[in-house]
Amino acid sequence: MSETPPNLFVRTADNVGRKTLTGIEEIGNGATIIAQSVFWLFMGPRYGQPVRAGSVVVQMMEAGIFAIPILVLLNAAIGVMLAIQSIYMLKIFGAEARVTDGIGFVIVREFGPLITGILIAGRTGSSLAARLGTMRINQELDALHVMGINPVRFLVVPALVAMVIMVPLLTFLCDVASLLAAGLYVQITLDISLAAFFNQVVDVLSVGDLMHGLGKSVLFGILICIIGVVNGASVTGGAEGVGKVTTRAVVQAISAIVLTDMLIVYIATIS
Amino acid sequence: MADEIKSVIEVRDLVTHYGPRQILNGITMEVREGEIMVIMGGSGSGKSTLLRHLMALEEKTSGTMTILGQNIDELNMREMFDLRKKLGVAFQSGALFSSMTVGENVMLPLFEHTKLDRMTMDIMTRMKLEVVELGEFENLMPAELSGGMIKRAAFARACVMDPKILFCDEPSAGLDPAVASALDDLILRLRDALGMSIVVVTHELDSAFKIADRMTVLDRGDILFIGTPEEIRNSPNERIQKILNREPDSDDVDIDVYLRRLTGEDMYGGAEL
Repeated sequence: MSETPPNLFVRTADNVGRKTLTGIEEIGNGATIIAQSVFWLFMGPRYGQPVRAGSVVVQMMEAGIFAIPILVLLNAAIGVMLAIQSIYMLKIFGAEARVTDGIGFVIVREFGPLITGILIAGRTGSSLAARLGTMRINQELDALHVMGINPVRFLVVPALVAMVIMVPLLTFLCDVASLLAAGLYVQITLDISLAAFFNQVVDVLSVGDLMHGLGKSVLFGILICIIGVVNGASVTGGAEGVGKVTTRAVVQAISAIVLTDMLIVYIATIS
Repeated sequence: MADEIKSVIEVRDLVTHYGPRQILNGITMEVREGEIMVIMGGSGSGKSTLLRHLMALEEKTSGTMTILGQNIDELNMREMFDLRKKLGVAFQSGALFSSMTVGENVMLPLFEHTKLDRMTMDIMTRMKLEVVELGEFENLMPAELSGGMIKRAAFARACVMDPKILFCDEPSAGLDPAVASALDDLILRLRDALGMSIVVVTHELDSAFKIADRMTVLDRGDILFIGTPEEIRNSPNERIQKILNREPDSDDVDIDVYLRRLTGEDMYGGAEL
């Protein structure tokens, strides 16, 4: 006697239920890894497991310094794009001279951290997931355990510290690159000098605006790192599995950045 | 009065599950000081799971396990780290860190666990690489090594802290007979030179009989036999003779394990690092 296959509604409900549980489990794993990272960062030396400054520097180079060219280039392009669109729109009202206010505000509070976060998620978040996934499949994580080296302390904490330091620094650099490119375009188009452009930007922006952007970028750095680690550590199924978790880590990190950004903007601006 | 034989590992009634499935059904065994203990068995017999337990990498369901006189259930985190410094492992894949050179891989335990100066660590690393005949390959990356060289480098890393117990997971798997035989010789040499106890999991009969002082034969999560190679050769047990004669046994196909491999289902539990 054959069983009747479940109908579409049951299958969909089952699927949604499983994915919800997986999501909750991953959030729990992420929280655990953050807690363990904080523990090893401060308590590691007491257990003979200090976080090596050298490892943090290596991660800072990987996640930050080597990413500078592409980040600066793309943020400059976005700065020019914003300038073109803003001038086009403000021309309708004959207010193109006010373009500086909008550009400065939007880049420093929003586009700088968001675009930097998204680019780092694609570059560093994916490499972190792929690296950890490959290490898990190759039993390198087991090897660390047996050698008495805590993998969270050895692999995750340096990456996390590097991200917390480098993402805000890169965001600031990208803000400057974006504003500089936008300023050059405005100089060519509206004949407003670069000095005047930057003077206006400084006038219109407060320290709070800058901190809003940089504060968000710290959070984005933590999200990118933890999502990469959780996905990398959960890999199954060999090389194909590594590919899957890498893609998943990038998609999740970008989604998390955009949604967190929206939430922070709402809290900081509206409420 | 004869010298008392000391055990470095004692396992009593070890039971373990993966999900609802019981993998080990109450294993009791010991590994004696200075001996090479080979764990054998067919696919799905539980030998790799037992090895992971002996290395304290898995949570057991019940039973007790003592490593170097310490009950691992009673150890706190610091004591566990200290215990692990006395263990070495050479995994089947080698598990060398791909971002480090061979020399850096071998040096890693020294760098992490000792306060030796760099020059001393360099000398110790070179010595261990010489023992495994990889002295000239210190600066190569793992990707530049052959399969046999990767395994030898893994041995060098496993031995760099002069562990009391060395674990080897399928050391000769996937190697041609000449290289496999050379690795067997290396295991014997390491035991004689460094006086460590060695636990080897393998399904290669020739290799097992060449290196073993004693052998544990596992079958479907139970111990079929523990004894010297000679005792196992002379055992009247039908299943042991089947294993020794390499006779296929339809019951050896473990559907659960096979399906888990096919589907890539995680055997090692969650996303824990």
